Amino acid sequence: MVFPLYWITITSLKPQKDIFTYPIRYWPERISFENYESIFRISKFHIYIGNSLMISIVASLIVIVIAVFSAYVMARYRFRGHGQIMLGFFATQMLPGFISLSSLYMMMSSMNLINNRFSLILMYTVIMIPFSTILLRGFFQRIPSSLEEAAMMDGCSRISALFRVIIPVMLPGIASTFIFAFVQNWNELFLAVMFIDDEPLKTLPVAMNSFVQKFDVDWGAMSAGTVLSVIPTVVLFAVAQRFIVEGLTQGAEKG
Amino acid sequence: MNNRRIFIIGSLLPALLLVLVFTYYPFFRGVVMAFQNVQIFDMRNIEFVGLQNFEKAFNDPKFMSALKNSALWVFFSLVCQFVIGLTLALLLRKPFRGRGVYQGFVFYSWALSGFLIGLIWKWMFNSQIGVINDLLLRIGLIEERIGFLSDPKWAMFSVIVANIWYGIAFFAIMLLAALQSVPADLYEAADIDGAGGVRKLLNVTLPYIMPTIIATTLLRAIWIFNDPTIIYGLTNGGPAGRTHILSSFMLDKLYTAAITAGRRLSASL
Repeated sequence: MVFPLYWITITSLKPQKDIFTYPIRYWPERISFENYESIFRISKFHIYIGNSLMISIVASLIVIVIAVFSAYVMARYRFRGHGQIMLGFFATQMLPGFISLSSLYMMMSSMNLINNRFSLILMYTVIMIPFSTILLRGFFQRIPSSLEEAAMMDGCSRISALFRVIIPVMLPGIASTFIFAFVQNWNELFLAVMFIDDEPLKTLPVAMNSFVQKFDVDWGAMSAGTVLSVIPTVVLFAVAQRFIVEGLTQGAEKG
Repeated sequence: MNNRRIFIIGSLLPALLLVLVFTYYPFFRGVVMAFQNVQIFDMRNIEFVGLQNFEKAFNDPKFMSALKNSALWVFFSLVCQFVIGLTLALLLRKPFRGRGVYQGFVFYSWALSGFLIGLIWKWMFNSQIGVINDLLLRIGLIEERIGFLSDPKWAMFSVIVANIWYGIAFFAIMLLAALQSVPADLYEAADIDGAGGVRKLLNVTLPYIMPTIIATTLLRAIWIFNDPTIIYGLTNGGPAGRTHILSSFMLDKLYTAAITAGRRLSASL
């Protein structure tokens, strides 16, 4: 299971000429960072990293704010249309993205949002809302409603009970939902390729994509780029693994 | 009572509005476009053309091959991911030393993007200096290098192998959770009846987790069908369109249209 990641990391740490020599070395004889130097030299890699960080973080934060409310209501209230709304959220997970892609492009271009970071922030927020709602709803359902009822007896309003009592208990769940959204946004490629073409606005996946098309054989620099793109998600995943796995499976069982 | 209603509507409104406008609307618009004559980057002269587009598609051998590939892609990915995922879940069920670390290793692929996975496997499948060819040569399983991604005989197979690897984690996670929800007294009862390991698996475990298996498999089938990222990173449909599945085929058409439209635009400037 680990081998592909090991292999790309090892490749990225080999000096250029060792990558293409025989016999293949499974353990690098010399470690070199020349591939990493090269990728920052031939492209504006730090700018792409910055763009990806900014867009993913902002979109995930907005998602959390929106989804905490929708999830809370979906977990605590029963009302007309409740089931249909839940179904509507679930169904988004099954729509094939390629059908919507062209109409989304037309929408964005009519709003003059092509080559504008806002289009990605908007779309990444939208895409993650349903799943985050489903995940957070599962976390809310695990907290007994007697908790906020007690707070409301003490004179809290519903909203302040939510923020003072429930949210603090929920923090691990919220953090893992945030990380989940961040990872998805960080990895997103197709919308970004459609919407962003300007060099200074490119996100990491878009940059890697044009990189592949330009320097198809430069596996040294490409492996370095891949490792750099992968590190944040792997680290975050390692931190939040337990909670995400829990949340994911709980949500699925309840659904 | 009125307060309650305001709170519900106010809390749901942003989520519902955004999802309706930017998820459902473009989706249905896309479906409608299938019946229209649309040049995506030239919005004049849109008209309904009935089933013409479908007729064109079904007469296009590339479309038909993508359709067939989609079926192969979903079926083999799903079966292998399920079998390996279930095996891993069964192995990880009982606590052992280092299980947490091991679990992390099994699941991390889930955090990577399909596109990067595609690139990594493209490098490993490389016909000249790829590590997979090298390993197979060393073991003596093959005598000369295989062009895993360039040989039409092998290309679809290789793409599916990468996809299997990518999806195992998801199955393992879902099935592991289901396994842990099986009540222990069911096994105790089976022990009293003198059931062996295999019987317990077939008569206790599998029936109990069957709903999860069905739900996970269905969801997964749809996702695998919809997701072109691995193919995009690995082959982008090559050689000569042989590894296109429906979603990657459509994506490719769209990007080609975007590029030619861009050219037309810049030519007119």
